[in-house]
This record gives sequence, C-alpha cells and structure tokens, in this order.
Amino acid sequence: MMVKPLATNRSSSGMSTGKLAVWWLIASEIVIFGGVLASYLMFRLGHPEWGAAASHTNTWAGALNTMVLLTSSLSAVLAHQAAEQGDGKKAARFLYFTVLGALMFLVIKSFEWTHEIGLGFTLQSGGFWSFYYLAAGIHAAHVIAGAIIMIWVAAYAKRNEELQRVEYIGIYWHFVDIVWIFLFPLLYIAK
Amino acid sequence: MSTQETHDHGHGDGHAHEPQSFLSKYIFPLDHKMIAMQYLFTGMAMALIGGFTVYVFRMQLAFPGAHVPGFGMVSPDRYNMLVTSHGTIMIFWVAMPVLIAALGNYLIPLMIGADDMVFPRINRLSYQIFLLSALVLISSFFVTGGAFGGAWTAYPPLSARGDYNATGLGSSLWLVAVALEFVAFLLGGINFITTAMNARAPGMKLTDIPMVVWMIVLASIMFMASVGPLVAGAIMLLFDQQLGTAFFDPNRGGDPVLWQHLFWFFGHPEVYVVLLPAMGIVAEVITTFARKKLFAYKTVLYTAAATGIIGFFVWAHHQFIAGIDPRMASLFTITTLIISVPVAEMLFVYIATLYGGSIRLTTPMLWALAFIAEFLLGGVTGIFLGAAGSDIYFHDTYFVVAHFHYTFFPIAFIATFAAITYWFPKMFGRMMDERLGKIHFWITIIAFNFIFIPLFLTGAAGDHRRIYNYQHFPEQWTPTLQNLRILATYALLVMIAAQVIFFVNFFKSLKSGPKAEKNPWKANTLEWVAPSPPPHGNFEEMPTVYRGPYEYGHPDRELDYWPQNEPA
Amino acid sequence: MSHSEAAHPHTNYVKIWGILVVLLIVSILGPELGHPVITLVTAFGIAFVKAYLVAMKFMHLDREPKFVMYFVATTLAFMALLFAGVAPDVMLHDGKNWDHSAAKQVVETGQALQGEGQGH
Repeated sequence: MMVKPLATNRSSSGMSTGKLAVWWLIASEIVIFGGVLASYLMFRLGHPEWGAAASHTNTWAGALNTMVLLTSSLSAVLAHQAAEQGDGKKAARFLYFTVLGALMFLVIKSFEWTHEIGLGFTLQSGGFWSFYYLAAGIHAAHVIAGAIIMIWVAAYAKRNEELQRVEYIGIYWHFVDIVWIFLFPLLYIAK
Repeated sequence: MSTQETHDHGHGDGHAHEPQSFLSKYIFPLDHKMIAMQYLFTGMAMALIGGFTVYVFRMQLAFPGAHVPGFGMVSPDRYNMLVTSHGTIMIFWVAMPVLIAALGNYLIPLMIGADDMVFPRINRLSYQIFLLSALVLISSFFVTGGAFGGAWTAYPPLSARGDYNATGLGSSLWLVAVALEFVAFLLGGINFITTAMNARAPGMKLTDIPMVVWMIVLASIMFMASVGPLVAGAIMLLFDQQLGTAFFDPNRGGDPVLWQHLFWFFGHPEVYVVLLPAMGIVAEVITTFARKKLFAYKTVLYTAAATGIIGFFVWAHHQFIAGIDPRMASLFTITTLIISVPVAEMLFVYIATLYGGSIRLTTPMLWALAFIAEFLLGGVTGIFLGAAGSDIYFHDTYFVVAHFHYTFFPIAFIATFAAITYWFPKMFGRMMDERLGKIHFWITIIAFNFIFIPLFLTGAAGDHRRIYNYQHFPEQWTPTLQNLRILATYALLVMIAAQVIFFVNFFKSLKSGPKAEKNPWKANTLEWVAPSPPPHGNFEEMPTVYRGPYEYGHPDRELDYWPQNEPA
Repeated sequence: MSHSEAAHPHTNYVKIWGILVVLLIVSILGPELGHPVITLVTAFGIAFVKAYLVAMKFMHLDREPKFVMYFVATTLAFMALLFAGVAPDVMLHDGKNWDHSAAKQVVETGQALQGEGQGH
C-alpha cells in the first residue's frame, strides 16, 4: 500500500481533495456530454424529418431505465449515508445494490438495442440513429466504468477502509444519472 | 481540518528512505519530479521528430524535387504527411507535455510547498497514457498508407473517408492518439488544479501563489473546459471513418462545418492554454533577474483570467472563409480584437517590471526578454488575421504560418528554454554553462527571425501554405519569392544546427557542471528553499509562507530578496 | 463511531426519490396529451427539475462551498456558448446571402419519405 503524501491530506480550499477532484472530473465530463448533446440538439432542430426516426424508439424501455437509474442513485446516496455513520458493511451492501442497478440498466439497454438493430436501425441508418447510439453508447461506457469502480470501492468499504470514497463514487454516479435524465426526453420523448 | 494540519509541519521525507529499485524510481515513479522528467525527455524526443519533419519539407520547398539528405525524394502525399505530423507533434506532443505537464509537475508541488502531487498514482497513469498516445502516433507512420496527411486540423470530408485521404488506418490512429493524449492531460490537469487548490503550504494565501503556478492552473482549467466537445467530435469522426456514420457528411444530413467548430472551440483556447504557462515562466524569470517586485501582481492575475474567459469567445476567426454566417463573423472579429487587450496588458506589466530594475542579463533572462519581443510581433501580426475583411485575403497563406510561428515558437521554445535554463540548477543540482547558453540563444533567435520574416513576405505575396512545389504556379515561381523561400530554409538549417549547442550544454552540465547551491539566483519562491536537486518528499522541513513571491529590493532589508518562508 | 448527522441536517432520501419517480411519471404521461407546449414543459422542464433535485440533494451541491457551483455553472455556460456560436451554421439551413442546399435537400427527401410512409 502506497504511503499517501502529506499533500493529499491538506485542504486549503476547505474541501477534501478527493471530492474536489471528483467535481473537477464532473466539470470535464459536462463538456464532453455537452459537446454531444449540443451537436445533437442543433441537428435535431434543423432536421424535422428526424422525428419519424425518433418515433421508433421505445419510450417504455427508456422510462424503465430512468427508473432503474433513479433507484440506483437512491441506494448510492444511502451508501454514502451509511459511510458517514461509519458503517462500512452497510455502505458496501448499498453499493452492491447500486451495481445491480447498473447491470439491470445495461441488460435492458442491450435488449432494446438488439430489438432495434433487428428492425434495421443501425449506426448507419441516418443522423438520428447515429446520435442515438453515440450518446447512449458514451453514457453506457460511463455506467460500466462507474460500476467497476464501485465494486472496487465496496471491497474496501466492507473492511471499513477508505470510506470517504463511497461519497466520491456516489457523486460520480449521480452525475451519470443526471446525464440520463436529459438523454431520456431528448432521445425517447421528443418525437 | 486542524487535525490534518498538525502533522504537516513535521519532516517531509516520510517516504523518502524506502529503498527504490531502478524500475520503481525511473520507469514507474510516483515522485512528481521524476514524472516531470519523463514528460520533459519525451517532449524533447518528440521535438526531434517534429524538427526532422520540418527539415524535410522545408528542403522540398527550397529545392523542389531534390533528394533530401536523410530522407530521399519527397512525394506530394509524403509532403502532406510531414506537414501534418509537424503541426500535430509540435503542439500536442512538445508544447503541451513540456510547458504544462513537465513544468506543472515539477513546479506546482515545489512552489506551493507540498511534498508531492495530491494523486501520485493518477499522475503516473497520466504519463503512461501520454506515452501510449505518442507510441500510437509514431506507429501510424508504419501502417499501410502511412501517417495521416490531412493537416493537423483534420477537416472532414477529407479526414472522414479513407478513400479521400488514402490513409484509412493512419487517420484513425491519429485520432486515437490525439484522444488518448487529451485523456492524459485531463487526468494531469485535474491533479494540477486540485493540488494547487488544496495542498498549499500553511500561510500561503491566493495572492502568495507564484505567477507560474497560477498560469498553469488557469491553463489546465481552460484545457478542461474546452476539450470536451473535441473529444466528442473525435469519437464522431472516428465513427465516420470506421463505422460509416454520417456526422460530417453533408450528403447524408451531416455537416462538415460542425467539426471545424468543435475543433476550434478547443483549438483556439488551446493557444492560451500554452501561452499562459509561458507568460508565468517569464514573470518568474524577469522578477528574479530585474531584482524587482512584479509591477502589478493582481493585474496580471485578472488579465490572465480575462484572457482565459475571452479566449472562449473567439474560435470562429479560424473559419472566416469556411462559409460561416457573416453576422457571426462580425461578432468574432470584435471579440478577437478585444482579446489582444488583456494579453498586451500582461506584456506592459512585464516591461514596467523591468523599468528601473537592476537587470542581470543571464541566459534565462535573455530568453525571457526575447519572449516578450518576439511574442509581441506574433500578436501584432494577428490583428490582420483576426479581422474578417483582411483575413479573407490572408487566410491559408504563409502570412498565417509566419504569424502563428511567431506566437508558438516563443511559447513552445523560447519560454521553455527560459524555464530549462532557469530551473536547471534545481532540477539537476548543477549549473549550466552561461557562455554556451548565450551562443545558443543568439544563434537561435537570429535564425528564427530569418526563417519567418521571409515567410511574412511570401505569404503577403500570395504563397498558399498547402502547396508542395511552387514550380507548378508560374506567378509564384519568381526568383525573388524563391530566394525568400531558400533564405527561410537556410535559416532553419542554422537554427536546427544551433540546437546541438543546447544539447551539448544540457548533457555536459548534467554530468560535470559546477555544483549548484540551494538558491543560486537568490530568488524568493519556495522551490529554492529545497535542496538542489530536491529529494523524494522535496523539503527538509515543510515550509510555512509569510509573504508574496516577489519581495525583491525591500527598502528595510539589507539583502535584496526576501524568501517567502522566512519569518518576519 | 461518531455520528455526523449533527453536522449535516438529515435528508429524507427516500422522499426525494419518491418525488423523482412522480416527476418521471408526469414526464411520460405529458406527451400523451398531444399538445406540443405541454410536451416541451413536461419533458424538458421536468428534466431540469429532476437534475436540480439530484444535484442538490443526492450530490449535496447545497452543502459544498459555493465555488463548486460556480465552476460547474461555468462549464454549463460554455456549452450554451458553444450552441449559440455553432447553431447559426449547423442548425439553420439558410441566412442572409447563403443557403445550405445539401442540408435542405436531405430535409426535403426525408419529409417526402415520411409523407409516403403515412400515405400507405
């Protein structure tokens, strides 16, 4: 185990170093998703014919996934609450529940995509579908990354170690949730 | 917080005595100084590649069709490859790693009085991703079709289809390399920002932070806030190349102008991302060698922040002839002319700092002064290009090339040489040779001007920058213009040869230069409190800060400097 | 272990989640009414409300120092700037003295196909 430098434990800004870094990470993610969504939005407004393509998306699958992510966010914040109370085991259990949510999200997503690809809507089927797979794909990559990190954090939390990380991964997870909150109306409801 | 600060005053060598193998010390280090060295030497190696490419294509322009020693004949597509690689390498793999990553890694913890970066392992990961990106870029030279040749801006539709640019794999590898490089600097940048925000020595207020640290942090924030859309754009372009999507294909509903916007939304702030650290280096060097307080600390800080913000509002001045909306072109002309105000203000502050100082013309000081002079020329010639009306004539001529080399060369090389010669005693514990340093300085500076002043003239005479043989253009193939091109090429050869002096000086001093004391320049900032070179953990005793970084020539003191950590 | 609820007022996270779920249901049912303005408000207005709730109550943005809010807001503002600077070229297909014929063509063909699809 690496000995942490003194620098890591200082906090001239009044905020713990890890949390500060997570917030900067989120700021950098905002501009990545912002680039995709701003591009999508201006194309979508300039191309009324994309509405026809959008009408083939499955609102119920999108809504179910929103529900799954909202619930996983709840368990992530409950994990944080448990960690604040020093109960690492409970925090780890909530984190595993969140990971379960991530898996459910991905399973629903893969059924949905399999169905759509089966109908012939692929990346090459025109502007809407390109953006649809691009935006949801980048988001799904973040879900996978978040789930992997969460398993790692939970493994430490179970032994009551590095409990502050439970909050950090939670903040990241809520951000992934917020991105989906915007993707849902943009890709599924606007028809 | 108070419990965390109590053990902060102890000895900073908590983990300095662990035995370290060669691998853990030099190949997979966690120490910020060693990671900085990795970045520095990788950047220097990439500069050699970038310098070789420019040697080859300048030879082709001066002596079209001739056999270039060390390369051979230059075909048109190889010419494109060389020009593209030159631009990409010099900006992304030389200026960025040396100015931001190497200097940021080296200086931030030392100058704010910390023992390391706040996340040493993320720091190491950042370098490893960067190295991987450099390897991916270099590997693209050896795949079928060769490296990407669609200019460093990679405009679609040329860049979007393998059958247009004839480098199907090369162009994708180029994109992957650039994207990896962005990830590396995002990780590094978050580390820099967090370290400077959180790990400052006790007592160090925001206005006690040395200017170069401020500048690197502001640059990292700008980089972070601007690069996202291009990361998204890079993924979209990669999809267009490899998966047949149509994000940038106008026939299938895409729009190539979108790429130009995404690229320059990052690309123009990027200029300020590398400019700000260079400005910071110059501030450190001129205050030390003029023995004077920085004329207006807060003004420099506010103008740097203003540059950072206005820098986001100017990007479309690169696209005046791309068919953008003319109303937007007027707006972007105005913002572009406005941004020269804060940058000029910074230069004025530096000149005012020199006024009445007791100036010592050491090598780093010469570089710093040259930076102010040469960058000023770069800035002034930019005014013609920022105004939409004149840019329509100058766009894509050698005038543009000369202009941005007058900005980028001072940033990426002059300021870097100032930094290396200034901090060399701290980095390696030995002094550099002043005489060799000055010879290197004068040859480089004179040759540099002889390269690019002729190019201003050929550009104004209409030389287009993407032409590989002017024999095919009779109206440009006049003896006068060709002599100017040959002059530029000869000056380039002289400048490249002069870098041998630098490398000789660098490695000779590294091995056998006179030992440097802790504070050879009698400067105030905290890095000069640490031993030269600083051990793992940096300080013998963690410093506490009592005053600002530029207290030179204080009237009540006998010594003309007043280190930041010295109690009143 | 010490309890830190004293420092942080206890938030009823389940209640927040309940509100989020209700909002989600409204945003799904909104478009069923078929009025474009209602769709806009229920879909996008509610998305902003949901995002606000998650950011404030789950990410605890309300407890953090103000500067976090400022830099997150700054990145969002830059994205608005990106949209404002790019949309005149990419979203619009004609303007003063120019038009984007390829894009217009794509829109026309697309709408013609759509019309055919409805005809059958």
